[in-house]
Amino acid sequence: MRVNFTVNGRPQQADDVWEGESLLYVLRERLGLPGSKNACEQGECGSCTVRLDGVPVCSCLVAAGQAEGRDVVTVEGLADFAKKREEHGHGCGTGACGGGAEGVSTDEAKQWSAKGTDSQTGEGVELSPIQQAFIDAGAVQCGFCTPGLLVQADALLESNPSPSDQDIREALSGNLCRCTGYEKILDAVRLAAARQGEAV
Amino acid sequence: MANTRTAPSGTPTNVSQKHNKGGIGESTLRPDGTLKVTGEFAYSSDMWHEDMLWGQTLRSTVAHAEIASIDISEALAMPGVYAVLTYDDLPAAMKNYGLEIQDTPVLANGRVRHHGEPVALVAADHPETARRAAAKIKIDYRELPVVTDEASALAPDAPLIHEGRDDHHAGHVPHPNIVHRQPIIRGNVEEARKRADVIVEGEYTFGMQDQAFLGPESGLAVPSEDGGVDLYVATQWLHSDLKQIAPVLGLPEEKVRMTLSGVGGAFGGREDISMQIHACLLALATNKPVKIVYNRFESFFGHVHRHPAKLYYEHGATKDGKLTHMKCKIVLDGGAYASASPAVVGNASSLSVGPYVVDDVDIEAIALYTNNPPCGAMRGFGAVQACFAYEAQMDKLAAKLGMDPVEFRQLNAMEQGTIMPTGQVVDSPAPVAELLRRVKARPLPPERQWESAGEGADVRALPGGLSNTTHGEGVVRGVGYAVGIKNVGFSEGFDDYSTARVVLSVVNGEAVAMVHTAMAEVGQGGVTVHAQIARTELGVTNVTIHPADTQVGSAGSTSASRQTYMTGGAVKNTCEAVREKVLEIGRRKNGSYHPAWATAELLLEGGKVVTDGGEVLADIAELLEGEDPIDIELEFRHRPTVAFDLVTGQGDGHVQYTFAAHRAVVEVDTELGLVKVVELACAQDVGKALNPLSVVGQIQGGTTQGLGVAVMEEIIVDPKTAKVRNPSFTDYLIPTILDTPTIPVDYLELADPNAPYGLRGLGEAPTLSSTPAVLAAIRQATGLELNKTPIRPEALTGTL
Repeated sequence: MRVNFTVNGRPQQADDVWEGESLLYVLRERLGLPGSKNACEQGECGSCTVRLDGVPVCSCLVAAGQAEGRDVVTVEGLADFAKKREEHGHGCGTGACGGGAEGVSTDEAKQWSAKGTDSQTGEGVELSPIQQAFIDAGAVQCGFCTPGLLVQADALLESNPSPSDQDIREALSGNLCRCTGYEKILDAVRLAAARQGEAV
Repeated sequence: MANTRTAPSGTPTNVSQKHNKGGIGESTLRPDGTLKVTGEFAYSSDMWHEDMLWGQTLRSTVAHAEIASIDISEALAMPGVYAVLTYDDLPAAMKNYGLEIQDTPVLANGRVRHHGEPVALVAADHPETARRAAAKIKIDYRELPVVTDEASALAPDAPLIHEGRDDHHAGHVPHPNIVHRQPIIRGNVEEARKRADVIVEGEYTFGMQDQAFLGPESGLAVPSEDGGVDLYVATQWLHSDLKQIAPVLGLPEEKVRMTLSGVGGAFGGREDISMQIHACLLALATNKPVKIVYNRFESFFGHVHRHPAKLYYEHGATKDGKLTHMKCKIVLDGGAYASASPAVVGNASSLSVGPYVVDDVDIEAIALYTNNPPCGAMRGFGAVQACFAYEAQMDKLAAKLGMDPVEFRQLNAMEQGTIMPTGQVVDSPAPVAELLRRVKARPLPPERQWESAGEGADVRALPGGLSNTTHGEGVVRGVGYAVGIKNVGFSEGFDDYSTARVVLSVVNGEAVAMVHTAMAEVGQGGVTVHAQIARTELGVTNVTIHPADTQVGSAGSTSASRQTYMTGGAVKNTCEAVREKVLEIGRRKNGSYHPAWATAELLLEGGKVVTDGGEVLADIAELLEGEDPIDIELEFRHRPTVAFDLVTGQGDGHVQYTFAAHRAVVEVDTELGLVKVVELACAQDVGKALNPLSVVGQIQGGTTQGLGVAVMEEIIVDPKTAKVRNPSFTDYLIPTILDTPTIPVDYLELADPNAPYGLRGLGEAPTLSSTPAVLAAIRQATGLELNKTPIRPEALTGTL
C-alpha cells in the first residue's frame, strides 16, 4: 500500500508498504530516518517515541497506515520543531502549562557543569534546548534511548515549563535507559527548563 | 614494544596536563554527542545498503533435543527468499566458535542444548518474509532430559552436555558437566574456626540477570569482490570477533574487514558472537549485503546472561569483631556453552572474601554446564554474585555480635598491604574503611517525603508509585550498607594488551592529532577520554578520533573496567613516542639555536614546545611544516599476571583492584511487599578522574543495574523444561526513572602508581555493592532474612 503523511514538516510518500509494517519501520527503513530507535519494538522502552499530531507515541505500536494524512515529528526534526514553536510563541501545545515554581535556576542546574568544546562532529548544527542540555549535562552515554527521551522531554517542557523532579520522573517513566541511572537525564531536563525560563 | 610505565604516586605524570585545554581531568563533552542527540549517529541497526537482504535466525523451541530432521523446502520455495542455511551448509571445517573454548556451534549439529539455540538461517528481501520463511522450516526434535542445576548436572546418570571434552579445563574438573573449578586454600580454616566466638552460615541465591542493553544485536555484512566480507557491527572487541568469525567462514582474517558501528550499550552482553557469523554466511551465500536485527524477544536468546548462582558461606568472628575464617562454595550456572565461564569462576573464587582481611580461607567456585541459557560476561563478572553473599554475611555477623554493621566492616577492612586469599599483596591504595565512612556520614534523606507537598500524598514518592497503592500506611524505612572489591583488566596470565596509533600532522597551519584504535565505544566515553589524553600529551587542541576497525592492532575488550586503563594507556604511550619524535625533529632543525633543546625537560603545551620553566622554543605546527606526518602505532601492556594454582588458588592473578561502597535508603510497603528505593549513595576510589562528568555517569549507571537485580530483574527459566519464560521488556523489568532514586556520588582520587595517570578502572565496582546495600536496607526495614535476589513482593509478604 501507499502511505502519505507529513514528517518533520515535509510531505512524504512511502510505497510498497506491507500492511503489517509499523510507523517506526517505515521511518527507519523506507524514509531514511533511523533516528527513532528500535530497542524493543513492543512499546515498553520509549526509544521510538515520535509526536503524532503533537502527541508523543511509541511509533513501533502505530501501524504505518494509521499515520495516513497525519503529522509526525521525529528526533531528526526536533530542533526545527522547537524553533518554530519558539517563533510562533506558543510555548504550550496543550494549554496545560502549570505555573509551578519548582524549577531549578540555571546557576543551580549548572553545578555539575561541563566545559570544553569536544563536539567536533556535527558541529554548527542547530539544536533544540533539550538536545543541547542532554549533551551539556552528560545525559548521553550509548545514546540509544536518547532520541525517544528527547521527544518525550521536549513535550513535557512544552506543556509544563517548570516541572518538579517528580513531574519529570512521571513524564519520562515510559522511557528506559540502561546506561545513565537517569540522574543526568534529570539534570538535563532541569537545565533545559532553567535555560528556557531565563530566556523568557 | 612498550611496557607499562609508572608514575610516582600522587604526583602528576606530566606538568603539561595542567595547562592543555580540554585535557585530562576536565569534563569535556562527548565527541559523538551532537550526532547522538540529532538521531544522526549510525548504530549497527541503522545500517542500510542498496539491494540488501534481511537475515533471520530460526532458534530451537526446546532446550535439549536431538534433531531428527530439518525440512527447509517450503521455506526455500517462498517468493522473496534468497537462501536458507543449516549446519550442512557451513563452508569450513571449523564449525564452532567461543571466547575461550570453541564449544558453540554456529548452527546446531543434530542436537540443541538450550532454548533458543540457532538452528537455521534465512535471507529474504523483507524482514517479515524472512520471519515467515523461518517459521516454515520443519524441525523434528526428539527431546532429551534436561540438566538444570548442580544436582541434575552431577547426578550419576546425568546426560553430558558436551561429550568427549578436550579443552584445557577438561583434565582438572571433577565432572564433565563442570566447565571449570577453582579452589583457593590459604591458612587453616579448621584451626581458625576454634578461635571464633560466633559462626554464621548462609545459603544465597542470585538470579539470572540480563544486560538489557537497548541497542539490539544487529549489523550488516557486505560481500566483497575478493571473496571476503565487510562487516559493520556492534561489539565489545573487534579482534576477538574476527578470530572467531574468519575460521568458520573459511576465510583468512584479512578478508574479513570489521568496522565498529554505533553500539547501543553492551555491559558484557556483546563480548560473545551473536549475529556476526550468521550475517556473513548469508552474505557470502547470496552474494548480497545482509542485515540482521534482533527484536527484543530474540535479543534475550541472542546473548549470554549473568550467571545465576548458589553461594554457601561460613564466616567466623571473635567477640571483639575480628573475622577468623571464611569457607565458601560458589556454584555458577554457565548454561549450555562455556562463553566466559572459566574467567567468571576465577573472579568469583579470588574475590569471594570481599574487601576484608581473612587469613584462613577455604574457597571453591565452579561453573556448571546445563541446558539453561548460556551465561558469560556481565558488568561485575563473578564478583557481583559473591558480593551479594559476603555482604549479607557481614550484616549477620555484626547483628550476632551486637555491633554496628559499618563499624564491623571497617574493623575488618582491607587496606594497602593486605594479602588476598590468592597470596597477592594489595600494593596500591584500598580505602575500604574510608569509602564506608563517607557514605555513612551523608545526611539521611528526609522521612515521609511524599507528604512534603503539603496536600495529599504524592504517590510518585511512595512504594507502588503511580499504581497508588498506599498513602504511607504500612510504609517502613530501612538503611543498609555494602562495599565490594573488583579486579580491573583481564587476569590469570592473559596477554591483555591494547594498541594505539597516533598521527600528528599539520593541517592548514595547525597541528592536528588523529587517534586510531580498535576500542569499542559502547557508550562509556572512551572516545572522549582518548581526545583528552592526546591533548594532554601533545599540547594540541584539535584531535580527531578515527573510527574503530581491524586495520589497527587489537584494543582488547571493552570490559573488565579496563579500557581507560588499557587503551587510554596505549594512547598515552603512543603519544609519548610521538612527542619524542617532535622533539627529535626540533633538535634536528632548531637545536643549534637554543641550548635548552639539548638540556631541558621539554613539554608540548598550547601548540608549542616549551621548557619546564615555561620558555617557548618552537611552534609545533611550524616545526612539522614540510615533514611527513608522524605516524606511530604501539602496543601497551599492563604488568603481567599469572594463572591461579589449580589446587591452592595461589598466584598474583589480578592487575588492579577497585572498590566502591553504597548506602541504600528504602521504604517498604510491608502490607503489599513493594519497595521504593529512596536514595542510593555511592563512594568510590577512581584513582584519577580523567573526565569527572563521565566518571559520575558510570557510577550512577552501574549503581542502577545493581538496584535492578536487587528488586526486579531476573530471567526466569522453567526448572522442568529449561525454557525461558520472560523474554521481553514486559516481563523482564529494568529500572525506570521512577524506580531509580537520587544517586549522590563521592569519588576519591588515590593514585595507583602502576596505572596510567594513577587511574583505577571504575565501570564495574558500583554494580557490586549496590545490590547488597539495597537488600540490607530491606532486611532492616522488614526484619526478614531475604537470601535470594531479586526481592519480589511475595518474599516480603510471606505469600510464597
